[in-house]
Amino acid sequence: MLDRKLTKGNIALAEGAIQAGCMFYFGYPITPQNDIPEYFAKNLPKIGGTFVPAESEIASINMVMGAAASGKRAMTSSSGPGISLMQEGISYMAGSEIPCVIVNIMRSGPGLGGIDPTQGDYNQAVHGGGHGDYSNIVLAPASVQEMFDLTIKAFELADKYRNPAMIIADAMIGQFQEACRLIPEHPVKSYDKNWSLLGCESREPRLLKSLYLGPGEQETHNLDLQKKYRTMEEHEVLYESIGLEDAEVMIIAFGTPSRVAKTAIKELRKNGIKAGLFRPITLFPFPKKEIHEYSKKTGKILVVEMNTGQMLNDVIIASDRNSTVSFFGRPGGGIPYPDEIISHAMKLL
Amino acid sequence: MNRIFEHPKSLKYTNTHFCPGCTHGVAHRLIADAIDKLNIREKTIGIPGVGCCVFLYKYFNIDVLEAPHGRAPACATGMKRAQPDKIIFSYQGDGDMAAIGTSEIIHAANRGENISVFFINNSVYGMTGGQMAPTTLLGQQTTTSPYGRDFKTEGYPIKMAEMLATLEGVAYSSRVSLHSPKHINQASKAIQKALEMQINEMGFSVVEMLSTCPTNWRVSPTEALETVDREMIPYFPLGVYKERKGKDFL
Amino acid sequence: MYHDVIMTGFGGQGIQMISQLVAVASIKKGLNITYLPSYGVEKRGGRTNVTLVISDEEIGSPITNTPSGLIAMDLIGLEFYQPIVARNGLLIVNADLIPDDRIKRDDLNILKIKCNEEALRIGNQKMANMILLGCYIHEIDFLDIDDISRIMHEVLPAHHAESIPDNLNAIKRGMELASSK
Ligand code: SF4
Repeated sequence: MLDRKLTKGNIALAEGAIQAGCMFYFGYPITPQNDIPEYFAKNLPKIGGTFVPAESEIASINMVMGAAASGKRAMTSSSGPGISLMQEGISYMAGSEIPCVIVNIMRSGPGLGGIDPTQGDYNQAVHGGGHGDYSNIVLAPASVQEMFDLTIKAFELADKYRNPAMIIADAMIGQFQEACRLIPEHPVKSYDKNWSLLGCESREPRLLKSLYLGPGEQETHNLDLQKKYRTMEEHEVLYESIGLEDAEVMIIAFGTPSRVAKTAIKELRKNGIKAGLFRPITLFPFPKKEIHEYSKKTGKILVVEMNTGQMLNDVIIASDRNSTVSFFGRPGGGIPYPDEIISHAMKLL
Repeated sequence: MNRIFEHPKSLKYTNTHFCPGCTHGVAHRLIADAIDKLNIREKTIGIPGVGCCVFLYKYFNIDVLEAPHGRAPACATGMKRAQPDKIIFSYQGDGDMAAIGTSEIIHAANRGENISVFFINNSVYGMTGGQMAPTTLLGQQTTTSPYGRDFKTEGYPIKMAEMLATLEGVAYSSRVSLHSPKHINQASKAIQKALEMQINEMGFSVVEMLSTCPTNWRVSPTEALETVDREMIPYFPLGVYKERKGKDFL
Repeated sequence: MYHDVIMTGFGGQGIQMISQLVAVASIKKGLNITYLPSYGVEKRGGRTNVTLVISDEEIGSPITNTPSGLIAMDLIGLEFYQPIVARNGLLIVNADLIPDDRIKRDDLNILKIKCNEEALRIGNQKMANMILLGCYIHEIDFLDIDDISRIMHEVLPAHHAESIPDNLNAIKRGMELASSK
């Protein structure tokens, strides 16, 4: 067995990024993700990387754009208010097809909100956030190990599709500790970047832009982007399922609620209730087909989130029309406990 | 036969979109000449801001990254850190640099990023149709200061070259003008100086260029050139505000 | 096997240290753990709370509202968590800072340890946390003192390496106290 070390979620994420070859980090402090920039500040200089404490999240994301346009793996991290400031840059990168990784260790909002864990930024991450018709790749880790593994995955997917990839984790996933293998499961994949701006030596000049003013140009560009998103939906969906073969109630949750649901499901099964879990790992591309199939089989669905029902809408759209979808959510820093999930699941039967 | 004039290699053969009498084109030409002269075309990457300057990629025969409005100095920071051996410049107008992008320009300058910034000051927002800019002169009428800019409500025109010169990280800061052959010659030298500063790793360099916008000033091209001389230069004095001589800053 | 425990006190009492020791020792034994420290709001006023879940199976929830154990090093921590400890659970309290009459539960396995006093008696007042850790080790069945001693050098900061024998002594003293109750 590989050595597993007690590791904090945020640290596993930062170490994952470094092992993915991310040598450029730009960021501005905000709780509860400060371990991430601090880890980079300490470790990047030792390996010839670059850490810049940017003057704002707006500057951070644009510095990421500059480094990423140079063909380098680059990232930034923040939490709610900072991620809001980055939306302009994220939209530009989606439009210019510049890959990068953005991490949101979610704190409660709206506004300055609070620093307790939440999943209130699901819609912002998955359904835009910035202007225009675009999608981020969105990954939702639910363990410290996934903070490491999915960060590597985020860099791979971002490069593969030339698209911003976001990791959204509620503050609990960022702050708690578990045993973690800090070595990549597979050799890290890299992709040819024959679009990067390196100076036009012995070739025609290149251009990265999102401005298309010619007649029909922007429409064509949008349709091309959508084609790319459909390819992701075809090939990149990730999810975990537990006990869905015989489940009479399917709990759908990501991040911390999915962890709590696992405990609840164990209890329910001890009491003879066949509960199962469907956990989307990619929030975009969203596992629509899979949820549809399982909803046909199971019929009864309980969506659990740390918000007032954001992924819920995607589940409703994906589910079979004859299935019933219920919701239990705790917004603003509330965390669902196992017994609460159990009682909500029981109500469905 | 000795060739004494030719099309710069760093500019493409294409039609201009700039209005008649606009000196953006002159600035483009001067920057391209400097790039050619320093023989750095193949390792130069340009980052235009948003506004009339955004079409830089149509004209320059180099790699170009389009930045969000005002953010070019941050993009240039990321790019220069990733490729310290390349020559990175941003090209920004007054809305881009002196309004929405003040935070990015000040901090890039203060960090002493080894980049060059070309700043076109024509005292209005050009592309959006002549609204008031932070550089609009007192009394100047624009579509959003229809009664003339009043310092009591809109403050004073901002002097970027002087302000940036106060920052330790800045190696070179100067203001030039593009309204006459003599001034264009001076501008040409300043642009080359800025790029040389970068090549020699001296730190942040900025050249502010007083430029015309006959369209939004609603004057003829010749009248616009005279306006620069008569109205802009008295408030925005030309000159070198900072020039680092040696590497004693290290 | 499944066990969950909350350790609570104020900053400087060494809650993080003893919970780290339990976590790392459990991982070394091949067990799964989740370690959830208080952060942010919960931390205001210098509180330190850690929720530890330990199991030989995959762990779901890292939070619990029915912990099977509570180690309370001060009164605030006791008052906050006492009501939620699972029936027949374990309660270890720092009796130097927690008056007897504040312990309201009678359905728990309760150890009242004057750990500050004991620490002074063995010559190092900083060892109060290790005394309580010893009590805890005595009451649980998935770790013993050897498991702790094996990993102590990994958890203790390098400049405290010479204090390892003192720490182990304090743990032993805690175990004795627990066995004599
Ligand atoms: S609007 Fe003004 S700045 Fe823009 S191209 Fe025309 S003259 Fe030049």
